[in-house]
Amino acid sequence: MTRSSSLDRRKSFQSIILTLQQYWADQGCVILQPYDMEVGAGTFHPATTLRSLGPDDVWNAAYVQPSRRPSDGRFGDNPNRLQHYYQFQVIMKPSPANSQDLYLGSLKAIGLDPMDHDIRFVEDDWESPTLGAAGLGWEVWCDGMEVSQFTYFQQVGGIDCDPVPVELTYGLERLVMFIQGVDNVYDLDWDGVPKDQGGKVYGDIFHGAEVDYSHHNFDRANTEMLFQHFMDAEKECASLLDARHPLPLPAYDQCMKASHIFNLLDARGVISVAERQGYIGRVRALAKGCCEAWVAQGQDQDQGNSDQEDHPNG
Amino acid sequence: MAELFLEVFGEEIPARMQVAAEQRMVESLSKALKDAGLGGDAPRSWSGPRRIAVSIQGLATSQPDLNEERRGPRADAPEQAIAGFLKGAGISRDQAEVRSTPKGDFLFAVINKKGQSASEVIPPLISSLLAQFAWPKSMRWGRGKQRWVRPLHRVNVIFDGQPLAGSLSLGDQDEIAFGATSFGHRMLSPSDIPLTTGDAYEAALSEHFVMADRHKRVEHITAAMREMTTAEDRMVKDDQGLMAEVAGLVEYPHPVMGTIHQDFMSLPQEILVVSMRSHQKYFAVLEKDGQLAPRFITIANMTPDAERDAIIRAGNERVLSARLADARFFWDQDRSQPLEEALPRLQGITFFEGLGTMGDKAERMAKLAGIIAEKIGADADKAKRAALLAKADLVSETVGEFPELQGIIGGYLAALHETPEIAAAITDHYRPEGPQDQVPQDLLTVAVALADKIDTLTGFFGIGELPTGSKDPFALRRAALGVLRLIAQNNLDLSLNDIFAEAAKGYGFSQASDELMPFLHDRLKVWLRDQGIRHDVVAAVVRMNDSRHDRLVHLISLAQTLADVLASEDGQGLMAGYRRASNILNAEEKKDKCTYEGDVDQGLLKTDAEQSLFDETLALAAHDLQSTDDMVAQIKRLGQLRGPIDAFFEKTTVNDDDAAIRGNRLNILAKIRGLMESLADFAAIEG
Repeated sequence: MTRSSSLDRRKSFQSIILTLQQYWADQGCVILQPYDMEVGAGTFHPATTLRSLGPDDVWNAAYVQPSRRPSDGRFGDNPNRLQHYYQFQVIMKPSPANSQDLYLGSLKAIGLDPMDHDIRFVEDDWESPTLGAAGLGWEVWCDGMEVSQFTYFQQVGGIDCDPVPVELTYGLERLVMFIQGVDNVYDLDWDGVPKDQGGKVYGDIFHGAEVDYSHHNFDRANTEMLFQHFMDAEKECASLLDARHPLPLPAYDQCMKASHIFNLLDARGVISVAERQGYIGRVRALAKGCCEAWVAQGQDQDQGNSDQEDHPNG
Repeated sequence: MAELFLEVFGEEIPARMQVAAEQRMVESLSKALKDAGLGGDAPRSWSGPRRIAVSIQGLATSQPDLNEERRGPRADAPEQAIAGFLKGAGISRDQAEVRSTPKGDFLFAVINKKGQSASEVIPPLISSLLAQFAWPKSMRWGRGKQRWVRPLHRVNVIFDGQPLAGSLSLGDQDEIAFGATSFGHRMLSPSDIPLTTGDAYEAALSEHFVMADRHKRVEHITAAMREMTTAEDRMVKDDQGLMAEVAGLVEYPHPVMGTIHQDFMSLPQEILVVSMRSHQKYFAVLEKDGQLAPRFITIANMTPDAERDAIIRAGNERVLSARLADARFFWDQDRSQPLEEALPRLQGITFFEGLGTMGDKAERMAKLAGIIAEKIGADADKAKRAALLAKADLVSETVGEFPELQGIIGGYLAALHETPEIAAAITDHYRPEGPQDQVPQDLLTVAVALADKIDTLTGFFGIGELPTGSKDPFALRRAALGVLRLIAQNNLDLSLNDIFAEAAKGYGFSQASDELMPFLHDRLKVWLRDQGIRHDVVAAVVRMNDSRHDRLVHLISLAQTLADVLASEDGQGLMAGYRRASNILNAEEKKDKCTYEGDVDQGLLKTDAEQSLFDETLALAAHDLQSTDDMVAQIKRLGQLRGPIDAFFEKTTVNDDDAAIRGNRLNILAKIRGLMESLADFAAIEG
């Protein structure tokens, strides 16, 4: 498909994001910006991981999260796989009774009218061993294409969720490829502006990065340094969770860091199959510690004996 | 008599769980109603992605009245005893009657409890049934505490045409109030459906684009697919498992056929079929000659509509192309190097903690396959080569993506650099994978298949990881049954103990586990019974305590022969004689506190009958019993004993007054017993 044929601004990558943001804002969600760290998926954003547990009794949020999976890099050659991609994430706690209808409404908003397609909810339980998190739900199919993950969280950081949040994750590239009818991710229309007027496709913006980062992830990243950074992050996380004055948010930053470094080391092929489980377990232990400290802090605040005043921010 | 109709409606239930849940719902509801004294006829039931429904007719509208009389303690019994009785019967002292009996005055409780009406009994019964309903995996949602497979939205309860009030508590003050209103197809008719009776259920839903009956959905899909493939002179590739799953994914099934892009038709057919099936749940289509056609069928959950079908078709074709492009990428990667070069990477995969890596397993298998090949007349070098490479595809990209293609991919990759026999042996070495799966017949394949399974069995038994009860996480029963079927169906006269010993050596164990042969015997017993051989015949032949019996084909032949002999008239007569002989022997041996096993003194043979019985015994004992054929022939000859035994018992008294004659006769009987029991445990045969 050539982009000159039928450029529809409403179907551009950025328009789909704007429409999803507007739709979920209209449903009463807090619209957040991406978290400013490297993460493997939108779930890692503290707005999902930590807020699924507390302290808010009600928490509805939506945001785009750039996500990195170093070993999915294909040097810009594969039409479907990227080491850096975008997820649109919605988290609603407690899960509304009409969660599925709200979700279908969002599809309609971005031009996928369920009456014109074959939409299916197909069993797919979700588990994140690194976050100690698990949930039940579906992958949502539109004409055979998986366009979203739909998960009722049951546990995060090893802690039972109560109330239960529902998480909706849209794989934006795949979804927009479907909407635009494009077979190669690099051909995605990003801005709805014709090429002769300076319009950009996905490849114009990201192809070079995919090539460079693939080299970095597979060949160049300094593994000795990364191993050291992993240990540093692990140590720092533990020290920030010090029982006398735990700082769960900064500690969780270190957990995310450790997780991403592990993914990089994995892509570099320096972690053996036997060691893999061990590293995942170490990240999970950090995530668990952060979640536990976060929940404990929330309970302190509920009881009005927070020591925040003693340590004013900024 | 009245009908109870129950429907639970909610978010999409995983397809694989629906049928079992429907059955559990039927069973638990029927039982609860019966236990409550309401009776009930055979239930009808329905299930699909969003609902499970049950109708039970023939229910009483109220419980039977309870009229019961209980006798209590004596009227002058201690206060404590009387209080206990009154409490148990649920009455006060005034309500108790005092009656005179010949044994004195006693307290009596006369309980006349009016049965409750069904409409009072049923709602709490359903609430508790749903609250305790077990799913293979369940979840909470919202603020609720109640677990269900996915969020549950409606519980519809209708009794005798009337909705019953009640509710299912979700915890935290939330609840689902019982109703009588179902809901239509999510897209095609998102509206309420008033419910009345089970009889009207299917029609009511069908107006709202929901086919309630699973069998009708299957029939509809089958017929529609047949129609569209027949029109192209093709046929659907039969796939019961996929059909069962798809029927649980749609409420209004509508097959849409699409085209596989020709670029991908050069991929191995198994890769195409698995890509379509496991990820996309598409049916494959075959040409008349059985080759894969460039078609797939997806089962949409919408009504037919030319414009929409075109969109659905195009979308699915694009998805499939992306999937197949991935698969082709993996396949091209795998093909770019000989299978052999993958071997070093097998060292990176643990076979099992304590049993080494997959690389170690491949090496052990190679050695063992060579030994087995020599014994069964296959080419030992080729067997070693095939076994060494058999697991190499586990590190291939394609098997990483589609684990179910293990073996098949190895076979394709081997075909590029190895001989066709070796490739074929790799392809089929996992077989037979279940009791219904085909057993390889090519001896090279058989050698590799046996080596794989025996290595696994020896390893897990060697470290004490035995199956327990219903738990068999390493599928050792399947492996043992595989060994048995490979041996039986190819009639391989193998001494398994020798092979187990070789396999144990490969692990560095000092010997194979003592429990291995009995485990094989167990499978053999089940298998023989499945072949229609009487369980007592099986028990007579497969004697667990005798680990010398490690030649399975030998045991199988004996069992089959013995079953045949026993089915004959002579065989039945022989058994009668054997039983009589062993009963007498057992009784006399017990009396005399000795075992008769001495030689027969020919000089003491007094009657013609005992002479001819002894002659027959001698004649039988003279036969060689080394081989299976010898033993089979001997079992067949046993029938000859029948006449002489009958004559003996007719004409001769064992317990002669002369002790020497008596002893001699008992020795004759002991000879017969020994002769027979050396072949099988005739004592185990039931009469």
